Amino acid sequence: MNPIYARRRRKDIVIRGLCIGAAAFGVTWLALILITLLYNGLAGLNLQIFTENTPPPGSNEGGLLNAIVGSLIMTVLGVGIGAPLGLFAGTYLAEYGRNDKLTSVIRFINDILLSAPSIIIGLFIYGAVVVPMRGFSAIAGSLALAVIVIPVVLRTTEDMLLLVPNALREAASALGLPRSLVIKRIAYRAARSGLITGVLLATARVAGETAPLLFTALSNQFFSLSLNKTMANLPVTINNFVQSPYAYWKQLAWSGALLITLTVLALNIGARILGAERTAK
Amino acid sequence: MTDLSVSVSANGHLASQQPLPEAPAKVTVRNLNFYYGEHHALKNINLTLGTNRVTAFIGPSGCGKSTLLRIFNRMYDLYPGQRVTGQLMLDQTNILDPKLDLNLLRARVGMVFQKPTPFPMTIYENIAFGIRLYEKISKSEMDDRVEKALRGGALWNEVKDKLNASGLSLSGGQQQRLCIARTVAVRPEVILFDEPCSALDPISTAKVEELIQELSENYTIAIVTHNMQQAARVSDKTAFMYLGELIEFDDTSKIFTSPTDRRTQDYITGRFG
Repeated sequence: MNPIYARRRRKDIVIRGLCIGAAAFGVTWLALILITLLYNGLAGLNLQIFTENTPPPGSNEGGLLNAIVGSLIMTVLGVGIGAPLGLFAGTYLAEYGRNDKLTSVIRFINDILLSAPSIIIGLFIYGAVVVPMRGFSAIAGSLALAVIVIPVVLRTTEDMLLLVPNALREAASALGLPRSLVIKRIAYRAARSGLITGVLLATARVAGETAPLLFTALSNQFFSLSLNKTMANLPVTINNFVQSPYAYWKQLAWSGALLITLTVLALNIGARILGAERTAK
Repeated sequence: MTDLSVSVSANGHLASQQPLPEAPAKVTVRNLNFYYGEHHALKNINLTLGTNRVTAFIGPSGCGKSTLLRIFNRMYDLYPGQRVTGQLMLDQTNILDPKLDLNLLRARVGMVFQKPTPFPMTIYENIAFGIRLYEKISKSEMDDRVEKALRGGALWNEVKDKLNASGLSLSGGQQQRLCIARTVAVRPEVILFDEPCSALDPISTAKVEELIQELSENYTIAIVTHNMQQAARVSDKTAFMYLGELIEFDDTSKIFTSPTDRRTQDYITGRFG
C-alpha cells in the first residue's frame, strides 16, 4: 500500500476513535445521571406527591402539591410576562430596527443577558422588587423568571424572523400591506413554529431554575396561591430537601427532580416536533 | 444580422406582429435618476408606459432595469440609503411624492417577483387576503372574486378542488400564477413583472407568457426579462438599458429587427451581456 495513503488511514482511524471516545465519555455521564434520577425518582413517585403538601419537619407523610402548583404558577406568569416582551423586542430587531445602529447594541446586551448567571438575575430582582416590597413574594419570583425568559425569546424570535425570506415581505408590501400587517400576517405566520419553539425552550429553561427563586419567591411550607407571599416551588424545595437529614424528604427531592426533568423533556420534544414541521415545509 | 433573423423567425411571432398604434401614457418617466448611496444607478431615464400595453425592459445584469421597475411602486422605499430624483407620474399622481400613501400606490401598481412568493396560507386565503385589505365583502362575493382572480391567473382548473390546500403545496409554475392571480385580485392598473419566468420550466413559462398577453387587454404591464425571445414574444414596446442608461426605446419589432443603436444590436445578437 502507498505509504502516504497508509499513514493517512492510520490517522483517520485514530481521529475517529478519539471523536467516538469523547462522545461516549460525555453521553455516559449524562446517561448515569438520568438512570440514577429515574431509579431514585420513580421509587418515590406516587399519587401522594400530587395530592399532599410538603411535610413538616420529621413527618413521613406528604407530597409536593404546593411546590408543583407554585412552580406552575410562577413559570406561567414568568413566561406570560417575559415571552411577549421578548417577542416584541425580537420583532423590533428583525423588522423595524434592522438597519438601526441601536439594533446591534441591543443584540450585544441581550447576548450578555442570555449568558448571565441566573443567580445574578435573582439578586437583581431581590434588590429591585423584594426589598422595596419588603418581603419575598411569588410575583418577585415570576419577574425573575421573566427576566430570564426575555433574552431567550428575543434571540429565537429575531433568528426566526430573519429566516423569513425578504422576498415574502416585498411581495406583501407590493400588495399594499402596511408594515404592521406584513409582520403580523406574513412574517409571524411564516415563522410561527419557530416562534413557538422559542417560547417552549424558554419555558423549559426557567422550569428548573433555582437560583433566581431562592432570593425572590423563597419557598413556602404551606399551600398558597397569593402572589404577595412566598410561594413553594419545585427547584427550591428540592434544594432544601436534599440538604435535610430526613430520608423521606430526600426521597421527595428525587421525585421532584424527576418531575422537572420529565417536564423539560416534554417541552424539548414539543419544540423538536415543531422544528421538524418547519424544516419539512 | 444573420443570427438575428434566425432567432426572430425561430419564435415565429415577430414577423406577423404589427406595432400597435400609440396608446395614451399610463406611466410617464421624466429625467429620472436613482442612487444607491453614492452609486448612480439610473441616469436620466425618459420613457412612457402606454395604457394596456406591454413594455419589456432588457439589458445585461446590473443595467438598472429591475431598479427602474422597483421605483414604479416605490419598492425601494423599504430600504435605507436609496434616493431618486426626477419626475414619475401615474396618470395625474406623482409617484415620487414623499407624502403619497405607499399602500394605496401599491394597490394601483401591483408587482410579481422573480421567485414565486405564495404566502404561508391556503390558496383561497392567498387571494382573499389582498382583497380584504381594501374591500369588505360577503363570503359568497369573496368566493366569486377568488374564482375570478384564479381564472385570471389561469390557475382555476388546477386548484378548484383544493382551495384549502397550502399555497406552498403548488408547483413553482402554479405558485407563480397564484402570485399573478393575487396581484390581479386587488384590481391594480399597472402590473410590474420582475423576471417572472426565470425560476420556471419552459411549459410554465409559456403559460405565464400567454397570461401576460391576456392581461394586457386590461392592464398596463411592464416586464423585466433576461430572455430576449420572451421580450419579443410578449411585449409591444421594448426598452434596452445599459449601465444605468436607457439606450433605446421603441416598438418591439423595431428593436429586434432594426435597432438604431450599435449597443442594442450587439446585445440582442448576443455579442455581449
